[in-house]
Amino acid sequence: MPRTDTLARQESRLAFRLLSPTLLIVVVVVVLPVIWTISLAFQDVRLINLRDAGFFGEYSLDNFATVFGSAGFWSSLWTTVVYTVGATLGSIAIGLIAALALRKPFRGRGMLRAAMLLPYVAPVVAVTFVWSVALNPQFGIVNAWGTRFLGWDEPVPFLSQRDYTVGLFGVDVTVPLALLTVIAFEAWRYFPFAFLFIIARLQALPGELDEAAMVDGTSIWQRFRHITLPQLMPVIALLTILRFIFTFNKFDDVYLLTGGGAGTDVVSIRVYEFLTARTDIGAAAAQSLVLAGVLVVFIAVYLRTAAARGETS
Amino acid sequence: MSVDTVTTAPPTAPDRPPSRRRRPRSREERVWGTLRVVTIVGLALVTIVPFVYMLVLSVRPIAEVLLEPGRLWVSPSEVTTDTYREVLTSVDDGGQGFLQYMGNSALVATVTVVVTLVASVLGAYAVSRLAFRGRGASGFLFLIVYLFPPILLAIPLFVLFSQLSLRGNLLALAIVYVAQTVPVAIYMLRNYFATIPVSLEEAALIDGCTRFGVIRRISLPLSMPSLIATGLYVFMIAWNEFLFALLFLVERRDNWTVSLGLSRLSGSIEVPTTVLMAGSVVLTLPIIALFFLAERMLVEGLTSGAEKG
Repeated sequence: MPRTDTLARQESRLAFRLLSPTLLIVVVVVVLPVIWTISLAFQDVRLINLRDAGFFGEYSLDNFATVFGSAGFWSSLWTTVVYTVGATLGSIAIGLIAALALRKPFRGRGMLRAAMLLPYVAPVVAVTFVWSVALNPQFGIVNAWGTRFLGWDEPVPFLSQRDYTVGLFGVDVTVPLALLTVIAFEAWRYFPFAFLFIIARLQALPGELDEAAMVDGTSIWQRFRHITLPQLMPVIALLTILRFIFTFNKFDDVYLLTGGGAGTDVVSIRVYEFLTARTDIGAAAAQSLVLAGVLVVFIAVYLRTAAARGETS
Repeated sequence: MSVDTVTTAPPTAPDRPPSRRRRPRSREERVWGTLRVVTIVGLALVTIVPFVYMLVLSVRPIAEVLLEPGRLWVSPSEVTTDTYREVLTSVDDGGQGFLQYMGNSALVATVTVVVTLVASVLGAYAVSRLAFRGRGASGFLFLIVYLFPPILLAIPLFVLFSQLSLRGNLLALAIVYVAQTVPVAIYMLRNYFATIPVSLEEAALIDGCTRFGVIRRISLPLSMPSLIATGLYVFMIAWNEFLFALLFLVERRDNWTVSLGLSRLSGSIEVPTTVLMAGSVVLTLPIIALFFLAERMLVEGLTSGAEKG
């Protein structure tokens, strides 16, 4: 039928016209830059010869040799993974606990629910500044209280010390202090995001299953473990992948808290340093491609395991 | 074992009207109930105290803070507003120039919101109402924008803007923000459009309205709550953004955004911490005010896909 065909084509044309501003911006500001980054990663571009930097040039693998051969590349990658996994799990765990605690109504729940989103909506520069002041060994409130009420022998340099030895049940344990602090910050800042999604799902769950299980005399923990949690798994899986991607690429939070020092040099901070401190644009591009590549591998593995698990269960 | 376990609790008669309060709570319920209260109080403290700390430090004189760092309250006699005066006054008059930075932030954020909303309303309408090839691939857009690290995009944009002499330009920065926010805006608006009955639009089309007329006269007025929520979210992202502002604006102090200004000054030792705390309050307050004005709409807009799992 030619008439419906033209109608369909008309509609299709209109759709592309409506989408064209979006596509234009995304192509210019995202797609072309990504392609250009790939090209830059294979060229020798520095800040000094930036004017001549173009899409085509003399391609070589030198930048990748620089990146893989540079000191601390692997440890930085490992730091990124630890930081990402810790922050992702931490924020989702707290978000889940918060959603369960606020599931049933109580007086002031609306207010608290809104207040709990503050860490997420507040500007990152402001909250990292508050944290670094609060954790400051000289005039921070945490160390002031810790030494006064908790009996700390001396102030703890949370953001500037790489390894910290604590006596735990008589055994000295060394922990990566600054990295743990940064992970704690990240969990604090992003648990509201997980909380929002989990509580929305939680409140849409049908109550019948829970009630039936209650009549059967199950415990609260059993009902959570075998009824509520399985129903939350899809949204938790979605959150895991979203938070993993965002945290893996994160720059601001770590940069603002520690500047990448004291064992918190995640890959995106290395990219920034290649770009600004060493003014080696080619190496920065190569390093950021490696970052994106590793992320893609992680996601692919995750999706495959998730799919496999979905098939077996 | 104590007496009041689950098994010994008297079963409530099924024919009695349900009144949860009167039923004696089992020990299990009491344990979890207590845990719940502890959790709620803990969460409230953890989320609110840092902001109280910010506010308190911003009005205490720096000498007092150094003397008594552990105080979380401020006595009325020592309250000072000098910190705010210093942080807001322009650099020429010996202050830190935050008033100007706020103007810059507001300009960038407003331009971002307007452009993003225009683009995303059209895009979301197409995705939710029109049949076209590649419609299913619109989620791909999402992936492409958010999968790549912003720092990866930053490098070529840094080169491009340098070559075009656009580095330091606030409007160029706004365009970068638009690209970062338009996919999530389309996602939020599309979810909302899906709840508006199509029959209204069809009626208007039959009455001779054009597609653009339909969008303007029907879809837009009906989706006002979602538009506000989306606009607010975009404003928040643009106002709070740090990395691109750092890369593009750092050499142009007169064009600094508030976020950039605060981060640059917090590195120097000349500016007292309390003054910077006042800067943090100034940076945070507009966002929190906007957020509380439209919290409900924002939360619904963000999570409207989540209920379905």
